[in-house]
Amino acid sequence: MALNTSRRGFLKGAAAAGAVLVVGLRPDGALATGSPAAQINPFVQIGGNGRVVAIIKHFEKGQGPATGLSTLIAEEIGVGMDQIDYEFAPSNPELYANLAFGQFQGTGGSTAMANSFMQYRKAGAAARAVILNAAAQSLGVDASALDIVDGMVTGAGQSSSIGDFVAAATQLDAPEEPTLKTPDQWRLIGNPDVRRLDSKIKGDGRAMFAMDVHLPNQMVVMLARPPQTGGLVSGFDDTDAKEVKGFIRAATLPNNAAVAVYAENTWAAMQARDGVIVEWDLSAAENRDSAQIKEEIFAALEGGAEYNVLKNEPGPMDQAAQVVEKTFYFPLLAHAPMEPLNCTIEADDDGGITLHDGAQMPTGPHMALAQIFELPMEKVRINTMLAGGSFGRRATPTADYQVEAALAFVITDRTRPVKLVWSREDDVRGGYYRPAFGHKVKVGLSAAGEIVAWDHRIAGQSIMKGTPFEAFSVRDGVDHSSVEGVADTPYTIPGFHVGLTDTKKATSTLWWRSVGHTHTAYAMEVMMDMAARAAGRDPVDFRLAHLGDGPDATRKAAVLKLAAEKGNWGNIPAGRSQGIAVHKSFGSYVAEVVEISGDSISGVKIEKVTCAVDCGIPVNPDVIKAQIEGGVGYGIGHVMRDEITLTGGVVDQYNFPDYEPLRMRDIGAIETHIIPSAEPPTGIGEPGTPPSAPALANAIAQTGQVVGVLPMINDGIAFA
Amino acid sequence: MSFVLKLNGIEHTVDAEPGTPLLWVIRDELKMTGTKFGCGVASCGACTVHVDNEPTRSCQTYIEDVVGAEITTIEAIGKTKAGAAVQQAWEELDVVQCGYCQSGQIMSAVGLLTGNTKPNVEEIHDYMDGNACRCATYQRIRAGIQRASEIMEG
Repeated sequence: MALNTSRRGFLKGAAAAGAVLVVGLRPDGALATGSPAAQINPFVQIGGNGRVVAIIKHFEKGQGPATGLSTLIAEEIGVGMDQIDYEFAPSNPELYANLAFGQFQGTGGSTAMANSFMQYRKAGAAARAVILNAAAQSLGVDASALDIVDGMVTGAGQSSSIGDFVAAATQLDAPEEPTLKTPDQWRLIGNPDVRRLDSKIKGDGRAMFAMDVHLPNQMVVMLARPPQTGGLVSGFDDTDAKEVKGFIRAATLPNNAAVAVYAENTWAAMQARDGVIVEWDLSAAENRDSAQIKEEIFAALEGGAEYNVLKNEPGPMDQAAQVVEKTFYFPLLAHAPMEPLNCTIEADDDGGITLHDGAQMPTGPHMALAQIFELPMEKVRINTMLAGGSFGRRATPTADYQVEAALAFVITDRTRPVKLVWSREDDVRGGYYRPAFGHKVKVGLSAAGEIVAWDHRIAGQSIMKGTPFEAFSVRDGVDHSSVEGVADTPYTIPGFHVGLTDTKKATSTLWWRSVGHTHTAYAMEVMMDMAARAAGRDPVDFRLAHLGDGPDATRKAAVLKLAAEKGNWGNIPAGRSQGIAVHKSFGSYVAEVVEISGDSISGVKIEKVTCAVDCGIPVNPDVIKAQIEGGVGYGIGHVMRDEITLTGGVVDQYNFPDYEPLRMRDIGAIETHIIPSAEPPTGIGEPGTPPSAPALANAIAQTGQVVGVLPMINDGIAFA
Repeated sequence: MSFVLKLNGIEHTVDAEPGTPLLWVIRDELKMTGTKFGCGVASCGACTVHVDNEPTRSCQTYIEDVVGAEITTIEAIGKTKAGAAVQQAWEELDVVQCGYCQSGQIMSAVGLLTGNTKPNVEEIHDYMDGNACRCATYQRIRAGIQRASEIMEG
């Protein structure tokens, strides 16, 4: 490796203790190393003190990328997890794009590890290479005589901190293709003892979420939003708000979508908002009831489908020895992340602005804010902070809450920062729901109990149509997110027909942890059990009989067998019932066995859940287990008792008392087994959710009732 | 109106209207942000603090009702034996995911272990029922309480 002579002179001054080595991408996209002055947008920074900082391009909502991407960097350099810190990357879609999304920075679709695995390892390996080369030159030995272990450059009869070579390393060029460590050399990747980097600060109150921003002189803004989707402000009376100490002003947003109430602090904003009486123009607003929406969906399941998704016809149902049929309904669901939505905007000295946000998809609000403030992209900065959950809610195609904050800020004189805060009621009632869907499935079985026809009809509200994401997800009219998990199932199903009909949206809709799989896995896996029972076959054997020899089916079969084995499938303790489900989503395969006691009358209690997962190379096994545990809880909690309903277009639910979260006593132990793999890592934030609800339903079915209408309490199921 | 609050052993004079929830005094006036706003109706437990050692939902506790009381928040709970044990257990087991509810979970767990150093599962469920975790980290919270109990025993 040659010294980069053009930079050598300039960088000599950096050869002090304050030197910093950065490794990242140059503006032209090439991997590069240098000093902070070298116009490199880093993935890694190493200080003269030997501390490593990983720059995380994905936001952290608990799903683990801060730890995961840091693990990749630490592994390749050769430092321990106690020698690395992390920071969130600035918003810059050219440099920190999600490689699965194109020129767009964001987190979603369980892609964080999948798209970062090679990129972050290469950055870490490049850092290692330039440090080793700098050390080799300094020590007068060949780099191959040296190694980096626990942050120390060792070999040639010495051992010294990587920090000692940082200044010299800034003057070396990055290798074009750095040598990556091989799996046999891994000490951190795949190590179940690696702990989260954010545990401590989240346990002692130091973790800073966007809700914790307190800028000098900031105003807190809460919005009075229309009671029904599509309502507009026609006027307001803030007489009572003026009585609230700390109230500043009220103003209609430029888009007439809400009245912004400005106050000196959050409590004053809450009280003042309650004191603003808004006159709404509801002439174009949604005014249907949930029951009507449900009827429309059920009606759409009958007759001809709008789209023949697989372009083929159903098998000969009339020749089947028996037909199993079931209709399913999936209600609107809110995400309800623990941290209510919020963000803060302040004016910068150079005429630009900074958004402080738990930003899931920075590029969306970045573009929206540039437009609203008529600023070039580089004058809009996003400070990505920890997010208190999201489950998809912090990423909307409209950048909804960031735009609200921007509109509330743009109509002020911009001397005071604006912090927009949503209440829990705003969150539960604020739309962007998992859309309502219906499925009607008919399965024809031969006399031998084999599937000969499967007619699967889906009707519901498209998430992607009408959004900028339509181009990615909609083909020939079919929104893939409406049929994923059915149309692309790894099962071999003879006579398979999938029909889709779009229904009119009643509210804004949005991806919700695992998107279409939230309903498709339920319909598929409950039907598989019904078909197995009708055929007199064991549900595991029946599924395996429909999983062929391809890699996709083989991996799905492997998790199914492992979950069955670890869950003691078939050896059911007295008083217990078991259900199983398996589903592929976001490139990962998850099978779950749910064991319950009680029944639909006496009350069902979830005693135990046994999971098997194949998500490729398991980078952080304990994070994977945590995501499966959380994914199971998220899936099961909602199907038990949650739904958003509308009366005359108005959301009936308000807050947690009537949108009841899963509680600790609701769910017993969750055990997760990870399949060893050399395949590239795939998703883990979402894949735990889809099989959980059908596995529960299949366990309840053993007690006598197949639940088709969700939430389960609406179909007569009591929970202990 | 002026109130004197004793929080984490230190007296603070704050200017607030009667009826202001303790949560907003702590967060917006004292700028201590470890105590979280989750629901505002005492239904999620994210805002849990200790008032005279008793876990209390600060979003439904008025400032005038805690004058003269010893208020403890997540920032200082680690100074107690149970608090230190719970925080250690939480780290060992990586209980947190998003972490937003965990201040409240820890404050409740400390309250439980202060009165009952060896709670059984049913007692844990009873005590922790009001603390919601949307990430559903419940099994690790349960295990964390059991581990903290061991740590406290020494």
